[in-house]
Amino acid sequence: MSVDPRNLRASSSFPPEVIAEIQRAADQGVYDIRGLGAKRRVPGFDDLILLGASVSRYPLEGYRERCDTNVVLGARHAKKPIELKIPITIAGMSFGSLGANAKEALGLAASAMGTSTTTGDGGMTPEERQSSKTLVYQLLPSRYGMNPDDLRKADAVEVVVGQGAKPGGGGMLLGHKITERVAEMRDLPVGIDQRSACRHPDWTGPDDMEIKIREIREITDWQVPVYVKVGATRTHYDVTLAVKAGADVVVVDGMQGGTAATQDVFIEHVGIPTLPAVRLAVEALQEMDMHRKVQLIVSGGIRSGADVAKALALGADAVAIGSAAMMALGCNKPVYLEDYHKLGTEPGFCHHCHTGRCPVGVSTQDADLEVRLDPASGARHLKNYLTSMVLELQTLARACGKTHVLNLEPEDMAAMTIEAAAMAKVPLAGTDWIPGAKGW
Amino acid sequence: MIEFDLAADGLRALNRQLQGLGEQSNETEWRVLHPSGEHALAVGLTRPLKVVVEGHAGFYCGGMNSQAEIEIRGHAGPGVAENMMSGIVRVTGNASQSAGASGHGGVLVIEGDASSRCGISMKGIDIVVGGSVGHMSAFMAQAGNLVVCGDAGANLGDSIYEARLFVRGKVESLGADCIEKEMREEHLAALTELLQRAGMDADPGQFRRYGSARKLYNFNVDHADAY
Repeated sequence: MSVDPRNLRASSSFPPEVIAEIQRAADQGVYDIRGLGAKRRVPGFDDLILLGASVSRYPLEGYRERCDTNVVLGARHAKKPIELKIPITIAGMSFGSLGANAKEALGLAASAMGTSTTTGDGGMTPEERQSSKTLVYQLLPSRYGMNPDDLRKADAVEVVVGQGAKPGGGGMLLGHKITERVAEMRDLPVGIDQRSACRHPDWTGPDDMEIKIREIREITDWQVPVYVKVGATRTHYDVTLAVKAGADVVVVDGMQGGTAATQDVFIEHVGIPTLPAVRLAVEALQEMDMHRKVQLIVSGGIRSGADVAKALALGADAVAIGSAAMMALGCNKPVYLEDYHKLGTEPGFCHHCHTGRCPVGVSTQDADLEVRLDPASGARHLKNYLTSMVLELQTLARACGKTHVLNLEPEDMAAMTIEAAAMAKVPLAGTDWIPGAKGW
Repeated sequence: MIEFDLAADGLRALNRQLQGLGEQSNETEWRVLHPSGEHALAVGLTRPLKVVVEGHAGFYCGGMNSQAEIEIRGHAGPGVAENMMSGIVRVTGNASQSAGASGHGGVLVIEGDASSRCGISMKGIDIVVGGSVGHMSAFMAQAGNLVVCGDAGANLGDSIYEARLFVRGKVESLGADCIEKEMREEHLAALTELLQRAGMDADPGQFRRYGSARKLYNFNVDHADAY
């Protein structure tokens, strides 16, 4: 006997997926842990459009006239600032969450494109240093694998206060990814759940951070830039304090930013989207007259050259990609379907980095799975993707009449939604209305 | 012994000279005068130097030390010998919070008291404290030994991994997953050696040992109240 669909009225408060989550929690007695970033729809760069040139401004000839993409990061205090050919960097992802082949592929592709990669919780591997010409070394609360020799090998140091997927939260790497090599690097027993602290062990507030940055500079002879990375929450204050503490570069990671393993409730409910975070960070820098003097790197859900163009137009100096870089390597690719099914998922929906059973060999320490990612082949794919992003970025910048992508500006954009107009502080398309701006 | 007047020549010159000494250099013994609580004194050293700081030090003195022997003749600020890899750092007075934080190796000796979070996140360093330690000491301590000749504050060894804790006096309370453990012969031998190296006149037989119950190593819903 069939059910009359007119009798099936889903509850807004308790739709089937909410009921399923309640019953999962009832079964397991623990929060859901997963990888990648926020899946909920949030106001983003798709809600902005660029205003191509016409009569009032004239465009540059596509493919013919120069549109430069180089960027210099960290010239405020460092004797050797970072010089990148493209304003797209690779975000910090640990060896441990990613396999060695994935880390090598990231390094090879970034080096070929003239950009940087970043270590992660767990320290620097020799392969990573070898494959990545420009490597940013993260100083994280856990200090796993932290040692001064690697610090001095780095081209920049990134003091990680938080990340967009979990601002205010520490990390975790579940026991099945703690192989002998990962355990040795982190000074932990094999196979145990690795918890990373949410606060640094030897400093707490912004005044201490200033002293910490000074110590790092003393150890590295003031040669390399010091970045400060924050998850996007109270972005205006955090950026202000990071600059006052002496950062050369501030990295702001929005809530769409990914993780290898975090509580779903954290990923979906903590932090603000990347879109308002960029604007808040730029305003903070401008108030201190430090915009373009302290560089701003923005991350969290960057997917295309269009996203990059809009982030730069809002005032960022560069972006960082993590999830998208993994996807270029094969994350969620429709191959090895039976292994997706074993995880209870499908390509396009997989967020099972935390299991260590990555079907495409990116986010795993399992030797049999890892061989599915050939570093050279992965690097080629990522290089192609980055090339495509840069071409898209240049296309949009030329259309707006810019000879350098950093010349894009907020006036080159309009918003498609009221929310995006308010968050980015650009006018709603067809109006001069910026909700929340003075006079409105 | 080379004398370096910090008040006259400044921190940058001190660290640059100490870090820049080659393997063949004879300039291996240094006295730092007028430290005046300056931060980041003698950090990132990589050679077996002997550095004596004649007075109080600020944050991170001896930070990330490798091989050097550093003596602070006074008190030390937060994070003394943080992330030390090897060598010896000795504080003749008291140490502020986070002494020896995330240290991977070497020995940190504090002749006086240490404040809270002594040995936080320690990863192989040995720490010997002549006096007492404050609350949350050895938080998330992974490896190495913490020896406390006095008392320990609240929540000692919270979320501890494989570090070994030895306390002679009273422990106000133990943190999550930290328990008292049997003192076996190998522990007594290690403790005796550490006390000797530190120059502490204390009877190893008076100490009790604490370590991980290993119940939080893999998530178990029945231990959720401990998280």
